[in-house]
Amino acid sequence: MTRAAYRRAFNGVFVVLCSIATFIALSALVMILWTLLSKGLGGIDGMIFTHDQPAPGSPGGLRNAIVGSLIMCALGMAIALVIGILAGTWLAEYGAGTKYGHVVRFFNDVLISAPSILIGLFVYELLVAPFHGFSGYAGGVALAFLATPIVVRTTEDILSLQPGALREAGMALGASRAFVIRKIIWKSARTGLLTAGLLGFARISGETAPLLFTSLGNQFYNHNLSQPMASLPTTIFQFALSAYDDWQRLAWVGALLIAVAVLFINIVGRVLARETHRS
Amino acid sequence: MGAETLSLPRRPLYESNMATTELASPRGAPPGHALGEVIFRYACLGAATFLLAALGGVVVSLFIGGLPAFRTFGFGFLTSTTWNPVTEVYGAAGPIAGTLITSFLSLLVALPLALGVSVFLVEFCPPRLSRPIAIAVELLAGIPSIVYGMWGLFVLAPWFAAHVQMPIAMNAAPGGWVEWIFRGTPNGANIFTASLILAIMILPYMAAVFRELFLTVPPQVREAAYGLGCTPFEVIKAVVIPYVRKGMIGVIMLGLGRALGETMAVTFIIGNSHGFPHSLFDSGSTIASTVANEFAEATSDLHTSALIALGFLLFVITFIVLAVARLLLREAKV
Amino acid sequence: MLKMFVAGVGAFAIASTAAAADISGAGATFPAPVYAKWAEAYKAQTGVGLNYQAIGSGGGIKQIKAKTVDFGASDKPLKPDELAASGLYQFPTVVGGVVPVMNLPGIAPGQIKLSGALLGDIFLGKVTKWNAPEIAALNKGVPLPNLPITVVHRSDGSGTSFLFTSYLAMKNAEWGSKVGASDSVQWPTGLGGKGNDGVSAFVKQTAGAIGYVEYAYAKQNHSTFASMQNKAGKFVQPTAAAFGAAAASAPWLKSPGNYILLLDQPSAAAWPITGATFILMYRNQENPANGAQVLKFFEWGYNKGDALAASLDYVPLPANVKGLLKKQWAKSITAGGKPVYVAK
Repeated sequence: MTRAAYRRAFNGVFVVLCSIATFIALSALVMILWTLLSKGLGGIDGMIFTHDQPAPGSPGGLRNAIVGSLIMCALGMAIALVIGILAGTWLAEYGAGTKYGHVVRFFNDVLISAPSILIGLFVYELLVAPFHGFSGYAGGVALAFLATPIVVRTTEDILSLQPGALREAGMALGASRAFVIRKIIWKSARTGLLTAGLLGFARISGETAPLLFTSLGNQFYNHNLSQPMASLPTTIFQFALSAYDDWQRLAWVGALLIAVAVLFINIVGRVLARETHRS
Repeated sequence: MGAETLSLPRRPLYESNMATTELASPRGAPPGHALGEVIFRYACLGAATFLLAALGGVVVSLFIGGLPAFRTFGFGFLTSTTWNPVTEVYGAAGPIAGTLITSFLSLLVALPLALGVSVFLVEFCPPRLSRPIAIAVELLAGIPSIVYGMWGLFVLAPWFAAHVQMPIAMNAAPGGWVEWIFRGTPNGANIFTASLILAIMILPYMAAVFRELFLTVPPQVREAAYGLGCTPFEVIKAVVIPYVRKGMIGVIMLGLGRALGETMAVTFIIGNSHGFPHSLFDSGSTIASTVANEFAEATSDLHTSALIALGFLLFVITFIVLAVARLLLREAKV
Repeated sequence: MLKMFVAGVGAFAIASTAAAADISGAGATFPAPVYAKWAEAYKAQTGVGLNYQAIGSGGGIKQIKAKTVDFGASDKPLKPDELAASGLYQFPTVVGGVVPVMNLPGIAPGQIKLSGALLGDIFLGKVTKWNAPEIAALNKGVPLPNLPITVVHRSDGSGTSFLFTSYLAMKNAEWGSKVGASDSVQWPTGLGGKGNDGVSAFVKQTAGAIGYVEYAYAKQNHSTFASMQNKAGKFVQPTAAAFGAAAASAPWLKSPGNYILLLDQPSAAAWPITGATFILMYRNQENPANGAQVLKFFEWGYNKGDALAASLDYVPLPANVKGLLKKQWAKSITAGGKPVYVAK
């Protein structure tokens, strides 16, 4: 076999392997989605969004859990995006190559692997025990702890891959460094930053353990952040492991809602990014 | 005529700023911009330091919480496999082993898959399909971890027991090495299936960011490689991957970190026995699953302290694993 | 971008402001469904919301000690000295049972008879096959399959495990000395399933498996349960009536601090692995209004909640016990020396 033919054959094998990998990933998704859909779709009815969670045997929906999740995820993501993007920017721009930068990056990676339940315990010590009460604030902060390291990591990776020529061009025109970063680098890394945010959100949308010790959960509707708040993951956790069919059904509906929400936000985020890119 | 040009009152603003540092205001910028620069720089630095402080707070509080357990058991805590809440003797060897085995095994499975998926999406996929498939893979990341756990328990475990463990158990020569490696109760709840679930969980994160990284390679560089006659495989191997190498390390750290700390998905399917796992298909436990299982009910102070000590150990393990990985990669670069 | 951020902050400010402050409680998972049912009906009737969340008995005890909730709930009663040390008072609310479930093809529910000592031996790993002579001795004429016994226990700490292991420790001396009783023990053999659900799933998936679950799970999943031999020597099936018989024949009046385990009660119809679940409150209420609300809720539960509890397979306390407890509240829960609430 000539060398060229060998190389082409090798490449062919590589293509097949990559396709198989994609196929495996997609089939895993299909299998899990199939389970989610077959168990969750049947349970969706008009009451899911209008009624609060019921006791077993009573009719009800998931309204309080949905609203609670939205509020706490929004709070968590707001904190995570602000701190995460700023910290990631520092790591990529001002702190690149410095010793302190190495330390921060390293510890950020360590924080990513923190089991969510331990983060929940820490926030409990910080925001629940001293104030003698569970609250939505504590839940949001716990979620922020989980999302921030992911945002930082991804932001740093994306920003450090932006071409240095962009920065040099901006500064050569007399712009300050902050200006260059905000108006040029961030803009060109927009889709990457969006991915960072979406990954962070995907991580926290399904987290149960940290919320158990911070926001506790609430059987009733509550949009007051200083009181215990319901959330979809904690409700799913309680209902899925119960003995009652109607509660289990609601649990699968809740799980389906989370998956759909993440997909929806993914698509919306990409569409928005594409539009601003064009303009 | 010369006098007229010389008397032109206009003097470009930027000339006066040419010699100054980056803190200079750009031409036409609103006044006080130097302040804006300082604020921004310190905001970024503040965020980074805040992150460090937060982590420091978590580690310190875990250490303080786990101190009673460390004091009681000393170094033996790390090597003992006894975990008995009744006699209040705790040892972390079983969960530590389970954590390390499942994380590395899941990374071993997920890394080639993630690479394959992202390369496929960037190089070989027909452009129309590329975005939907990318979104589909990211959708895997959005599925709540408890669903992975439940799917693993109700779907994967029985399938694995029936189609993998039973055939091996029935066809392996008794007393042979095959039987020894794969022994364990054939109900699908073991270290291996837990690693598979973990692999599926960390796959979408890694694939998504790999794809973003590959897309930052300037098209000119890739086209230059193609122009030289490289096959796509060679372009990836020799051009794309070295370009994004640093970012890839970051992604692998992300995946490994996620695998080390994942709780819900693992707890349902790992079988939860506290000793050292005896084989690949034996049940075991991880630090995260042990803490999740027992923390809510632990009433005695020593039990609670032992669980918090486990959490502290997880941080230490992560620390060591990541440090070793960085060291190896720095050496490999040279 | 900045505008969106400010708008977001404004929205949070609105979200943080007033909404009714409900009373909150946390603890055992076992009674969570019935408390939820009661709370739903109570809110419809009185407008007061009682938010109960299941975080585990240990969690309930921790949280009431940390004063982050108005009351805690635990399946494991606290001993009188522990109550005195932390200034707490406990009282039971409903009764339930733990049921051994099995996966034996061809066997009907209740067909297999077991004793406490034998159950202990099985969970110790000493009896390894279903057709072993020890099991056959109690089950003459039953076609016992030649399957190995796979033990399934709880991987997470739980009041159900506490009841089950306490019973085994009571009836099997080796279990008592080797393993002991607690909500989380070092099981000599078997797999750990997470939650009652996990145990049910493993039992269902493995032929020859035996595990233990709360009665509601056994009933809802139509599991094959075992009949147990009680103190009177009779083999009984787990039913609401059997749990009620155990609760009725227990020495409530002679239990200081309401510390009582309903295991192995003397009645001929009693199910041997029965237990009550308890509420923990501070004797001295710092917030008398909330304390009164909690007591009013449980008084409502005692007076009007029996049917709702039964619909979810829980067993209400005997009427005389309820009366006794309501009288206790006036003396036990006070604020500044005066009773917080006097029940009718």
